[in-house]
Amino acid sequence: MSDWIPLWLHKLGSPPVFYRFAGALRPWMLALALLLGAVALYGGLVLAPADYQQGDAYRIIFIHVPSAWMSLFIYGVMAVASFIALVWRIKLAEVVAMESAPVGACFTFITLVTGSLWGKPMWGTWWTWDARLTSELVLLFLYLGVIGLYHAFEDRRQGARAAAFLAIVGIINVPIVHFSVNWWNTLHQGSTVRILGPSKMSGDMLWPLLTMMAATKFYYLASLFGRIRADLLAMESGKDWVRQIAAREEAR
Amino acid sequence: MGGYAAYVWPAYAVFFVVLAADFFAPALRRRRNLRELRARLARQSARQQRSASS
Repeated sequence: MSDWIPLWLHKLGSPPVFYRFAGALRPWMLALALLLGAVALYGGLVLAPADYQQGDAYRIIFIHVPSAWMSLFIYGVMAVASFIALVWRIKLAEVVAMESAPVGACFTFITLVTGSLWGKPMWGTWWTWDARLTSELVLLFLYLGVIGLYHAFEDRRQGARAAAFLAIVGIINVPIVHFSVNWWNTLHQGSTVRILGPSKMSGDMLWPLLTMMAATKFYYLASLFGRIRADLLAMESGKDWVRQIAAREEAR
Repeated sequence: MGGYAAYVWPAYAVFFVVLAADFFAPALRRRRNLRELRARLARQSARQQRSASS
């Protein structure tokens, strides 16, 4: 590859090096996720006041919105890794893409279920075929499609390439989910938190939300690293470094 | 929870249960793969010993 990519990045792409790297970072990512998550829950469930319109039902926001952000963010990561995997045939990029899909599917599922539990008391219905809800459901099906396609092939790398292609095509749905509340008249409320300009939310509700967002980001890294480690061991089971790990874990 | 407990707590329960399942699944997969690999290696070395002694 080109000269401008530093050597350590090349090395990080090698399975045994990344296995150790992910193993060293994973406990820290998990600790940060748990710590930030606990702080966010305390802020959201104890410190933040009830909403003047929605009462305490709005507290679902502290898990619903971070999960929804993660469902889109992880899809983006998966699509970029898929692109890298298809163009440069980097094994690690394939693994990142394919192991992101189950985590993303989990967050999408959580988004849909918590949204439904929020919709019932506020809108009077569990589900409606509105633009935001429908496009998020399509996102779940895209994740499930990627997972299913990956496992449908006898050869893992062939499956990963087919699924990576689907992941890239499906990226079209990500802006549709994000802008659906602006483009169409929906029952779902518009965005409250903005990157540009002030958020339409009071500070004592906003900080737990942003803290939970950080917690879910770290959780994703922790989960992804664990999944990549399991996957690398399975993919490289014929290699010497995996045999050494197998022997070492038996001794314990 | 101001009368909304029946909606708020299940939402939080789903969040934690789904993420816990997601987190522990690969650890189980990793252990199973390593066990199968050890079994395969043990079979291989047994076969090699048999063919060496005969």
